[in-house]
Amino acid sequence: MAMPITHYLRIDKMPHIWCPGCGHGIVLGSVLRAIDSLGLDKNEVCVVSGIGCASRAPGYLDFDTLHTTHGRAIAFATGIKMAKPWMKVIVLTGDGDAAAIGGNHLIHAARRNIGIATVCFNNSIYGMTSGQYSPMTPAGSLASTAPYGHIEEPFDLCELVYAAGASYVARGTAYHALLLSKLVARAIATDGFSFVEAVTQCPTYFGRRNRMRSAVDMLKWQKEHAVPLAAAARMSPEELSGKFRIGELGVRTRPEYTRRHAAIIETAQRREAESDA
Amino acid sequence: MHNEASARLMQGNEACAEGAIAAGLRFFAGYPITPSTEIAEELAQLLPRVGGAFIQMEDEVASISAVIGASLAGAKSMTATSGPGFSLMQEGIGFAACTEAPCVIVDVQRMGPSTGLPTSPAQGDVMQARWGTHGDHPVVALCPSSVAETFTLTIEAFNISERWRVPVILLMDEIVAHMREKVAVPDVGDLRVVARPRPAVGPDEYLPYAAGGDLVPPMADFGTGYRYHVTGLLHDETGFPTTKRAEVDALIRRLHAKMEKARAHVTFVDEFMTDDAEVAVFAYGITARASARAVRDARARGIKAGLVKARTLWPFPDEVVRKVAVKVRAIVVPEMNMGQLVGEVERASAGMAKVLSLTRVDSEPITPDEILAGLKEV
Repeated sequence: MAMPITHYLRIDKMPHIWCPGCGHGIVLGSVLRAIDSLGLDKNEVCVVSGIGCASRAPGYLDFDTLHTTHGRAIAFATGIKMAKPWMKVIVLTGDGDAAAIGGNHLIHAARRNIGIATVCFNNSIYGMTSGQYSPMTPAGSLASTAPYGHIEEPFDLCELVYAAGASYVARGTAYHALLLSKLVARAIATDGFSFVEAVTQCPTYFGRRNRMRSAVDMLKWQKEHAVPLAAAARMSPEELSGKFRIGELGVRTRPEYTRRHAAIIETAQRREAESDA
Repeated sequence: MHNEASARLMQGNEACAEGAIAAGLRFFAGYPITPSTEIAEELAQLLPRVGGAFIQMEDEVASISAVIGASLAGAKSMTATSGPGFSLMQEGIGFAACTEAPCVIVDVQRMGPSTGLPTSPAQGDVMQARWGTHGDHPVVALCPSSVAETFTLTIEAFNISERWRVPVILLMDEIVAHMREKVAVPDVGDLRVVARPRPAVGPDEYLPYAAGGDLVPPMADFGTGYRYHVTGLLHDETGFPTTKRAEVDALIRRLHAKMEKARAHVTFVDEFMTDDAEVAVFAYGITARASARAVRDARARGIKAGLVKARTLWPFPDEVVRKVAVKVRAIVVPEMNMGQLVGEVERASAGMAKVLSLTRVDSEPITPDEILAGLKEV
């Protein structure tokens, strides 16, 4: 069953644009292994992105791929999913793209519970524009637009998306790449809106400014600060302070939007047939 | 072609929705805004009956984005809005222009700027329709002056958008949108409905942005096995980003040359009594109705007046205006704005005729008497 990862890549589009040490390649590898584990036909998958480093990922993938405007990937994906509900629509986005400029689309897609799997590459910074703070930059961090230290608290994106109504939310890291792959596979298989926050590293624009000079430093940080759910359940709030949970954070069954819309079509057509009769 | 049995009393917005369905609309995304909302309400009723999809999005930015997504997946797609929403859609319209994604954007104009007068008519978005999104880009804008024209021009908007792979803006105004008039609804079989050009080659040979003689690249839908890339970055014939000067230049120039190829097919201008005219009115939208009356009144007073009624505003019908300018001594341009298309009329007439701008921005339509006064003045 398992295909080599290159089966899903447009090898001729390499080399990619990501910096040395960037975690996006690891996250993308996890996404592709997830797709492979589900045995999806390449022709049934559509990958959509917005603007930013993470959003350049679809260009390297051998599916129908759409690189849209900043923040709007989920809105574009909504149109694709409604036009072709049988397609597996996957959004690859970054923390700025998904949580700042695209935050409204994110929560409304979750509320509708439309069958789109969203993977947010969260590197805590705007990398493409060289290091401005994002809605996921931790307070106290340094960024090019926070030279005296960042004074805003980040979202808990998973809690936000689950509260908005998604069927599935999970968090993984580039360090825990195998777990991440399983989470993304579950997300893609979800009948409804699903969201995976993939914590990843940007040594170039986040790490260097924040006492983590190398990718290895940042991966170690992920290893030391990510707490699997089972372990977190045994820890006190004090012990969990400054750390973050990884794993499946929210799973529930709710009707998927395009299925509900299909029922609307049936209703409308039945009523019209009845009024004609 | 038309029979009285199919005549219906319709509101302009309703005619737009019905025309869209007749043209093959299968996806609508929109956000409520006066005075366009009835289009969304009507399509929420109609689209599911034909198996199409309707969605009310969280804002106009999402609406235009979803419309483009659905279009790439093969559905004829449309949104409808008014001034403030039209402003929000501009980035998406630019994306559609750059990626050559067919879509129809209806802007029912109300008075601006800003929130303006939400329930009052205006023609203030003419230049925004042309230049609202950043960068050099082609666009088509059509403008109906009656409910019946709204029906037919909505169908033309889809035909042009699909045939030429260009976003088409239907610039209505509040009066046409909310007016009720008789529309002779054609039989479906009598309608000319156009599909987008499809690739003649298989996925292995497909170059998504390679165009033939008509300069329109054949378009594969997502989900049909072609597995190609679409980006708002400037791209080469494969659809992937390029920064090579020759390729960037070729893309921008092809997008514009394509519109020149399309020009004759997308230019709809009606002339009334211009053959022997000594003065002319150039008008569009609801203002063209008052202008027709003013021209008849002028003729009754011995003034040899004529009317050029533009149903296509962009690309601007230079050639028609030039030919009229050669014949007449003056062209009166009444607009419900501070004078937007008058500059285009001046440019096209190139000094061959005097051009008089008549503007009205007090939220009321321009009357035939005001236009008649203009005709007397010149």
